[in-house]
Amino acid sequence: MLYTNLNHVESAQQLEKIISENENVMVCCGRMGPMCIPVYGIMEELEPLYSHVRFYDMEFDNPEAHVIRNAPLTRGFMGLPYTVYYRNGKMVKATSSIQNMSQVKAVLDSEFGKPNA
Amino acid sequence: MESAGHYDVIILGGGPAGLTAAIYLSRARLKTLLLTEGTPGGQMTLTHEIANYPGIEKINGYMLGSVMRKQATSYGAVVKGNTEISSFNLNGPVKRITTASGETYTAESVILATGGRSRTLGVRGEDTFKGRGISYCATCDGDFFTGKEIVVVGGGNSALEEAVSLTKYATRVTVVHQFDHFQAFQYAVDEAKANPKISFMMSSTIAGFYGGEKLEGVKIKNLVTGEETDFRTDGVFIFIGYVPNTGWLKGLVEMNEKDEIIASSDMATSIEGVFSAGDANAKRYRQVTTAVADGTVAALAAAEYLHSQKRKQTEMVPA
Repeated sequence: MLYTNLNHVESAQQLEKIISENENVMVCCGRMGPMCIPVYGIMEELEPLYSHVRFYDMEFDNPEAHVIRNAPLTRGFMGLPYTVYYRNGKMVKATSSIQNMSQVKAVLDSEFGKPNA
Repeated sequence: MESAGHYDVIILGGGPAGLTAAIYLSRARLKTLLLTEGTPGGQMTLTHEIANYPGIEKINGYMLGSVMRKQATSYGAVVKGNTEISSFNLNGPVKRITTASGETYTAESVILATGGRSRTLGVRGEDTFKGRGISYCATCDGDFFTGKEIVVVGGGNSALEEAVSLTKYATRVTVVHQFDHFQAFQYAVDEAKANPKISFMMSSTIAGFYGGEKLEGVKIKNLVTGEETDFRTDGVFIFIGYVPNTGWLKGLVEMNEKDEIIASSDMATSIEGVFSAGDANAKRYRQVTTAVADGTVAALAAAEYLHSQKRKQTEMVPA
């Protein structure tokens, strides 16, 4: 159970539905650990600003998270959280371990475009 | 520029020092704003278990930080996380802080509680393999290294305690340390030395990381002979202490040669009305409890400073 204010992804099927229905999706796949919590916090701060992006988290130890754990872009990752970005249903970017606000914003801006002022 | 809000005190930093100051100030009914670049809780959130905080048997750092934040906001403090500071003016009676998103806040007093961050090695490949074999958190990433051989860098309490905890997962842990002796307390040294899975490479340092998709090995330099050798490993955990987050204060506030802020016993800095608390201060011991104590003193001193300023203004008003 992730105690965040983000929307949670519970299954691979639900994730598939989310990325097929939304153009831009960011998912942070982690635990309630010290490297993951700051990323959830950043996503909560950015969610109202990036209205063109859907923000979710998913529990790393959920067996259904295999779709993120075993994705081609996360191969070789050995640090939580796995943060993945989908555009038009396809994973276009993934990062491993803690990221700061500037790093997350840089990926969002380059992959999905900056938010409207 | 118009102020986005005027406060009695602005606290910069959201670790235990800053949050404690926010609790004391807001409880004293002073209008308080806390701005922090990261998640409220600071470095404390990186600690899996705190077992030496008086009155609480065991708690994880994230929970302790969350409770402190809740206490501060319940008394009226405004806490803004993930807020980057772009410019500031700490001189004069009204201090001015501008955030990267363009808001300017003003206050009569500022408490610096910017803390520190994990020191990195700063060598070739460190950025590339972060999260791909290099980690700074054993609790978070230890289980990725189950059945593997890893390296721990450092010789302090954190390094040796985490080396021992990582033997739950790894088949072999090699501790690489730059000196010929450890800085850790004797109990931590004894425990690490007694663990058959741990070996030591003293007077040595990591000169670089290499690999493909993930980390495959490190270059280890012997600091006595200068010789560099290849060392195959699946993972490296780095615990080499902290650096203060004070780069932006250079030349403004008096600091020592390690860029730590020099504060008086009541946490006053070299700038009138600016106080400093926590791990960014020049001091020997850095614990959650010492940060909390600093935050308390800084808050009380800032409150007294505000009262004295108001008294002066009253005295100046002609009868």
